[in-house]
Amino acid sequence: MDLYAENILEHYRNPRGKGTIVPTDWHVTHAEQNPSCGDELTIAFTITNGVMTDVTWEGSGCAISQAGMSILAEELVGKTSNDIERMTKNDMYALLGVPVGPRRFKCALLGLHTLKNALRKHAGKTPQSWIDTVELADQ
Amino acid sequence: MPFLFTAEKKVQLLWCTITISMSLDTSAIRRQFPALQQQINGHPLVYLDSAATAQVPMAVLEAMSECERHDRGNPHRGMHVLAERATEKFESARKTVAEFIGAATHEIIFTRNATESLNIVAKSWGKQNVKKGDVVALTLLEHHSAIVPWLQHKEDIGIEIAWVGIDETGMPRMEELEELLKAGKTKMVCITGQSNVLGVRPPLKDIIKTAHASGALVTVDATQLIAHHPVDVADLDCDFLVFSGHKLYGPTGIGVLYGKRKLLEAMPPFLGGGGMIGNVTKTGFTAADIPQKFEAGTPPLAQAVGLAATIDWISQYPWKDIEAHETKLIRAAVTALADIPDLKFLPNFARDKVPQAGALLSGCISFIIRGSHPHDLTDVLGNRGICLRAGHHCCQPLHDHLNIPASTRVSVGIYNTEDEVTLLVRAIDEALKTLA
Repeated sequence: MDLYAENILEHYRNPRGKGTIVPTDWHVTHAEQNPSCGDELTIAFTITNGVMTDVTWEGSGCAISQAGMSILAEELVGKTSNDIERMTKNDMYALLGVPVGPRRFKCALLGLHTLKNALRKHAGKTPQSWIDTVELADQ
Repeated sequence: MPFLFTAEKKVQLLWCTITISMSLDTSAIRRQFPALQQQINGHPLVYLDSAATAQVPMAVLEAMSECERHDRGNPHRGMHVLAERATEKFESARKTVAEFIGAATHEIIFTRNATESLNIVAKSWGKQNVKKGDVVALTLLEHHSAIVPWLQHKEDIGIEIAWVGIDETGMPRMEELEELLKAGKTKMVCITGQSNVLGVRPPLKDIIKTAHASGALVTVDATQLIAHHPVDVADLDCDFLVFSGHKLYGPTGIGVLYGKRKLLEAMPPFLGGGGMIGNVTKTGFTAADIPQKFEAGTPPLAQAVGLAATIDWISQYPWKDIEAHETKLIRAAVTALADIPDLKFLPNFARDKVPQAGALLSGCISFIIRGSHPHDLTDVLGNRGICLRAGHHCCQPLHDHLNIPASTRVSVGIYNTEDEVTLLVRAIDEALKTLA
C-alpha cells in the first residue's frame, strides 16, 4: 500500500483536533521536532483523575507527521495516562495503516513521541529520547 | 584386546575432532583475497603486515561494489528510494557491528578510523569531565592515537598523564596501576586489548574492575584485538571501546566508537555539521540524539556496508579455529626466527627467554637484529615480496622504554601459512648477507 493513502492525505488536508494553543488554558503543553523534515508539533491537554478530557495540537510539517497527529488526536479523549504509557510505535503504525520505512519513521512517530513527553512533563519526569520511543520498543 | 580396540578408536575419534575443529582451510581462504594472488619482482607476495592493514576478501569488495552500483544515496537525507536503501544499509551495518561486540545499536558510532574514535573520547568526554590536575592513565603499550589526544589536554588544560610500566614479558604492571588508582585522581584509564608491537593481551576485565572500583572509566583500544579474539563489551563492562574496519579485513575509512549509552548521551558533540543537529537557528543549535550526534557530515556508506560484510565474512570461521591457526603461525615464526644469530625479541632481548605464542603472544612478534636497521631490512625484504612493518609502530614511548629507536614486526592473519614463515626466515638470512 502507498504511504500516501487517501486516509493520510484526507487527515493532512482536514486535520482533526488542531487549534491555536493558549498555554494558560491547558494543564500541559509540550512541543517536539523532527529535524529531518522540519516537522513541529505542540500538544496541549487537560487531564482529570488520570483521564484525558480535552486535547488539541498545533504544528507544521510533512503530511505523515501532521496526519499522524490528527489520527492520534482522535483517539485520545477518554484515554488514561496508563493507556498512553503502554502505547508503542506499532500501535501508532496500526493507526496510520500504511507501511512506514526507515526514512519516515520519525515523521510517523512524532505525534506519539510528543504525546509521551507531554505526559512525562505532566508527571514531572524528564523527557524520553527518540531511542526510547523508537528502538527500545523493539527489544 | 577388546579394551585396546576401544581405546584406539577413542583416540582416533578424538584426533578427528581436534583436526576438524582446529584447522582452517587456508588455501580456500587465501583464494578469496585478490591482493594475495600477486607476485612482486617474480616472488610470491608474503603479506605479514596485517597488524598495519589487513587484506580484504572478495565478499567485502563485492558488497561495497554492489552498494555503490545500486544503493548509493545519502543516508538519513532524502525521501527517494536510493536514500531509503542507503539509510537501510547504513543502519543495518550499525546493527551488525552492535551484535558483533555485544552492544546496543545506538551505542555504535561510525567514525573514520580508531584514531578518530579515540579523539572523540578525549575531545568530547575528556573536555567535559577532565580538569586541571586530573590524571589520565596510559600504559607503555598504547598507540600514539591513544596518547596524543590526552597530551593535547596536558598542554591545553594541564591534566596529568600517568604511565603504567610493563614487566619483562611486556604485560602492564598491575601493582603500578593499583597504586596510581588509590590516589583517586585518575579519571580515565586507556588500555590496549592487544599490543600492536609485543602481541601481549593485558587482562582487560581485571583492569576494568580495578579502575571502576576507584571511580575511573576505561577506554579499550581493540584495534588489534578485534581481528584475533572475540570482543564483548557487555562482558568486559568497558566504558568506551574503539576499533577500525581495515584491521578486520574490511575497508579503510571507517572506524567504530562504542560508548555506554549514558556516557554518550551526556557528552557534547565532536564535529559540528549536517546530520548531527536537532535544530539550528541563527544564534544556536541543539544536537541530535545518539548516535547521529557524533556523525556530522555525510557518513561513509560503502565503508559501513563493507564493515558489516567483513563481520559476516569472519563470523563464518569459529574464533577458536582462527586463534589456533594464528598461535601456530606465531609459534612457528618465533621458533624459526630464534635461530637467526644476533636476532633478539622484544621486550626483554634475552636469547634464552623466547616469548611464548598463545599464552602470552597473539597476532604479532617484534624483534631487532644487531647491525641491520629495521628500515634497511624491510626494504630489502619488500623487494622480495615480503611485507613486514619497521619503525616505532606508532609506539615511541614503548621503544624509548626499551631503549631502541625502531624494531621489525611480523604480524599474522587468518590467511597466512607456515610456508610463508619459512620463506620469511630464508629471505631474512639472505637479506642479512646483502646488508652485511
